[in-house]
Amino acid sequence: MGRREYVSDGLRLDGRRPKELRNMRAQIGVLQSADGSAMFQMGNTQVLASVFGPREVEQRSQLQHDRAIVKCEYAMAAFSTGERRRRGKTDRRSTELSLVIRNTLEQTIQLEEYARSQIDVYVQVLQADGGTRCACINAAMLALADAGIKLRDVIASCAAGYLQGTPLLDLNHEEDRAGGPDISVAYQPGLGKIVALQMDGRLPTEAFDECVQLAIEGCKAMAGVMRKELLRHTRALMAAGEDAGGGGGGGGGAALR
Amino acid sequence: MLKQKTFVKKTKGGNVTKARAVVREHYLRDDIWSGSPLDPDCPPESAKLAADAGAYLVIDTNVALHQMDFLEHPAVTDVVVTKTVLEEVEHRNRACFQRLRALTQSDSKRFFVFSNEHCRATYVEAAPGEGPNDRNDRAIRVVAKWYKDRLPGVRVLLLTSDAANRAAAAAEGVEALAPAAYAALRAGDAPGLGDLVARAEVEDDELAPAKASTSAAAAAGGAGGGGGGAGGRAPKRKKLFEQHRPAAEIAAGVAAGRLHQGPLRVSRFNPFEGWVSSASVGDDILISGRADMNRALDGDIVAVELLPEDQWRAPSRVLPGGGGGGGDAGADGGEGEGEGEGEGGGEGGGEGGGAGLFQVAPGGEALMEDAPAGARRPTGRVVGVPRRNWRARGYCGALKPGEPPAGGGVAGVLFVPVDRRFPMIRITTRQAAALMSQRIVVAVDGWDSDSAYPHGHYVRSLGEIGTKDTETEVLLIENDINTAPFAPAVYECVPEQPWEVAAADLADPNREDLRHLPVCSVDPPGCRDIDDALHVRELPNGNLEVGVHIADVTHFLKPGTPMDDEAAARATTTYLVGRRIDMLPKALTEDICSLRGGVERLTFSVLWELTPDAEVLSVRFTKAAILSRAALSYAEAQARIDDAAQTDEVTRGLRHLNALAKKLRAGRISRGALQLASPEVKFELGDDGDHDPIDVGVYQLRETNQMVEEFMLLANVAVAEAIVGAYPSCSLLRRHQTPEPRMFEPLLRAAAAAGIALDVSSSKALAGSLDGAVRGDDPYFNTLVRIMATRCMTQATYFGSGDVAPSEYRHYGLASPIYTHFTSPIRRYADVVVHRLLSALLGLSPLPASVRDREALRGCSDNLNVRHRNAQMAGRASVELHTLIFFRGREVVADARVTKVRANGLIVFVPRYGIEGSVYLTPKEGAGGGGGGGAAAAAAGGQQQQQQQQFILDEERQVVTSADGRLRFAVFDRCAVRIAVEEGAGQRRHLALSLVPRERLPASEVVGG
Repeated sequence: MGRREYVSDGLRLDGRRPKELRNMRAQIGVLQSADGSAMFQMGNTQVLASVFGPREVEQRSQLQHDRAIVKCEYAMAAFSTGERRRRGKTDRRSTELSLVIRNTLEQTIQLEEYARSQIDVYVQVLQADGGTRCACINAAMLALADAGIKLRDVIASCAAGYLQGTPLLDLNHEEDRAGGPDISVAYQPGLGKIVALQMDGRLPTEAFDECVQLAIEGCKAMAGVMRKELLRHTRALMAAGEDAGGGGGGGGGAALR
Repeated sequence: MLKQKTFVKKTKGGNVTKARAVVREHYLRDDIWSGSPLDPDCPPESAKLAADAGAYLVIDTNVALHQMDFLEHPAVTDVVVTKTVLEEVEHRNRACFQRLRALTQSDSKRFFVFSNEHCRATYVEAAPGEGPNDRNDRAIRVVAKWYKDRLPGVRVLLLTSDAANRAAAAAEGVEALAPAAYAALRAGDAPGLGDLVARAEVEDDELAPAKASTSAAAAAGGAGGGGGGAGGRAPKRKKLFEQHRPAAEIAAGVAAGRLHQGPLRVSRFNPFEGWVSSASVGDDILISGRADMNRALDGDIVAVELLPEDQWRAPSRVLPGGGGGGGDAGADGGEGEGEGEGEGGGEGGGEGGGAGLFQVAPGGEALMEDAPAGARRPTGRVVGVPRRNWRARGYCGALKPGEPPAGGGVAGVLFVPVDRRFPMIRITTRQAAALMSQRIVVAVDGWDSDSAYPHGHYVRSLGEIGTKDTETEVLLIENDINTAPFAPAVYECVPEQPWEVAAADLADPNREDLRHLPVCSVDPPGCRDIDDALHVRELPNGNLEVGVHIADVTHFLKPGTPMDDEAAARATTTYLVGRRIDMLPKALTEDICSLRGGVERLTFSVLWELTPDAEVLSVRFTKAAILSRAALSYAEAQARIDDAAQTDEVTRGLRHLNALAKKLRAGRISRGALQLASPEVKFELGDDGDHDPIDVGVYQLRETNQMVEEFMLLANVAVAEAIVGAYPSCSLLRRHQTPEPRMFEPLLRAAAAAGIALDVSSSKALAGSLDGAVRGDDPYFNTLVRIMATRCMTQATYFGSGDVAPSEYRHYGLASPIYTHFTSPIRRYADVVVHRLLSALLGLSPLPASVRDREALRGCSDNLNVRHRNAQMAGRASVELHTLIFFRGREVVADARVTKVRANGLIVFVPRYGIEGSVYLTPKEGAGGGGGGGAAAAAAGGQQQQQQQQFILDEERQVVTSADGRLRFAVFDRCAVRIAVEEGAGQRRHLALSLVPRERLPASEVVGG
């Protein structure tokens, strides 16, 4: 049998062109109890991140004298995929993702500024529709900023895939499930540095370069949306006394050509 | 530039019991253009439609699904295919989808895909209570309206067969026409268009009868001038077939295990009998008779309900039906009887009465009654056809001879397909008289429950019946062989000629210069596509270096190019008698890749170091350049080896190779490789314009054939081991499954009756006992047993190494744990894939995407298997056709052997001509050569009873004896048959065999002394 066409007549299954991102929306300061929090949406993928700290190190044995330690916990809500399934916090996927997010964030947090302390990051996937890894990093990044933690640069993360000979930006679940190679990139636009890169599947080197470049372009667009939300949020804070929560500015359409 | 709106679209996913809502994003855009140059917003590069088109046609799904031949007519251009239609067609009929895709990609047809589902202006959300079909119809009307409003200068026509849809369109201000009416409109400039219109689907089993009749009336009305559709059938008729059950009921039934679903396989020997394999029953289900087959055609996916056990029947085992478990060569000879059924049926059906005509064939009926209870098989009846698998390419055949239709008007006529598995088809045509003597192609459009036959439409004519060219065209179409010339884009991939090895090729550090080696090739005489060449030379240490040099096709055939896509789709070169249908353009096949003598060529080479005892010490692979010293035929090479006077380098090499090959072969046979036999024949074609066969002979095998074969096997095995080592999950291999013991049963029974015990426990044991199977009085006996053993086995197949456990890689016939195809890349695409794998493993090129993962490779190997089989079938059909031409106007008495005995006849094999066919034991019929088709059928029932009185079948001893004991035939017995061409019904000619006393056999025809 023939295969499904993932790009036909220039459009993807959901109506995007190959190099377009999904609708994005970022919102900072959604939780009052956390030191910093953010919600990040890419299409139907929705992630909530909260940051606590810098605070005292819980286990003294882990204390570092010259820098802060970062702890990260990733979890998927039981309702996040439509299929109700309880997922542990300790399954392999969660453990791996927690580690990836932590490693990525450690690249941008000025850890030496917070010696002998601990920063906790919790990311919770509320809805999963492909690209959760990237959405988690973006949400956690915004939450860190909201918590006022010193950062070297914004980190934005975006994925690109390669299906039927076409590089595709920001795969949704349907495209992800096609089983083609999928590259997640986390990028610091200010420093021009790739801080994390992961790939599933195999790809010829030329196509790999093309996909990475595409993912970086995606990251830059994400960073634009994140920066805009950060500015909006900061302005709202400056207008002291007024209610800073709730307002959902969000990025409209961030499209790339 | 892009405005997005996200909304929620819910679709049911997963299985029925665990339905869940899936939320998907669906973006609506403002940058979807109309594809017309008249639209100021549309960027010129995406303007596919013509500015000066007579009309833009917007088609609905049913037109795309059922009127594909009409759409493919060159006069139908400037069509807007909405995404709604494209998706629905993709979902409902894959073959149709591919044709529609090809149309949208063609530049001359100007079919424009309009992504209406993602266009903000034309997106339609289902209204409450509106079904998906109504919603889609509305979506298509909205598109037509949008085009009309946007492009006031052009006529926009909605093509739909649905009258209600047309009415709705008119109400919305959109002009709508039925395809037939449109064809009538174009009758002036495209007169052939009308015949291509398929009759609108009247059959709508699932709908209420009231609705069905209104749509039938609408269809008749819509047909306009072309009314009176199917030969003046009354509007109200008794249902001949049970209605198909609704899809939901079938799905539920299958899930609950009440119904069984699978593809229907109609018997080649008895079109009234079919089988459905079902995992749930664990056995094949027998469908017996047209009524129980309930309008399903061979290949359709059907839902079957089992009959109560007391109604189970046995498959037909007398000659007309049970003719032939295995015999491919027998297909032509076995035809004799069944014709009659078609004939008789036709008479009844013509007048539209005919309750009896689709009943069980007379032969089958007679048999069932006296079949032993033990032989009964699970029997069922078709209650629904979840998916039709009607051939998009149509069916070849001829109109049923009969009274010429009056005048030049539209007439309903019956069409008889050449493939007996398919029923006659009713078509409507204006040119019936002209088509009477032609082979034509007809496509099936539907089968109403009140009609004895499916209805279809004429597609095209192939030429005069009976001529070699026409009949060759028929067998190519029947076997789905693409004979279209290569597209210009493919030719663009071919290097310019004259081509020669360039300095750059030789300078490539990865290419070894082996031009100094004494390489030569050995092939069949007249071979132009030389894939392989050999060399051997003595090494200083006393060992031998042997090289197998294979044409470096992948140097020219790059992945992803149009030529590669075309070659992958064709998958193999097809060899017919006197004709070759190439996989690659001729310039590559015969010149640039072909390792011709005396010219430098590029190769992919395997080099071994062997001890003089043919023990492999090492092997390596390299791209190389060679200069073949000579391109020899098998006979020439053999002559050189045998002629002691010749002592040149090439001849000495051949002798070395021959000696090594014998040792390799002995080693292989001691490991259990089988020496099988096939009844291959060779035609000598006349030199006159017709190239008709003037002589038939059995293909002669020489030592040199075996010599070349041996080294090819060695190369293939070496490559297979190498690629699996590097790519364990995505290597393309070839395997031959160990036959199930039960598959040998017929052979064992026959051999036991002949006093021979065969051991089939392993290939080695079988090889040993085949060697021992000799009869002093018949030197041909051993070959016959080998031919029959070959038929017990399955075909070897290609597969991806990731899909099968390594223990299952085994090639049974070759007794090799692993095997692949590497040595014929000019004519087989499998070898191209393997070349690429090997080249990637050597680090010379990246692995192409098409073989990088398991799924891709599975798709590739499935296609290779299908195409390979089709090419083989076409080759055999071509041999049959030439046999038929050879015997035209000739009557020959030939030596034959009995291969099967039946209660009323024998299956015999004629070694000299490679024919297998049935002969009847009725003395009268034997003398008369089978008799006329119709008469035979009419009398069939009676005759069989008569025969059963006369002849007694002893199944245990495989002997059939006449009641008076004078005639006795046992399996493997010698006999003599007269071969003659006989004219059958439906203009199907076939060979008829009849027994003659052995004394009448001329001495020159005796096979095996």
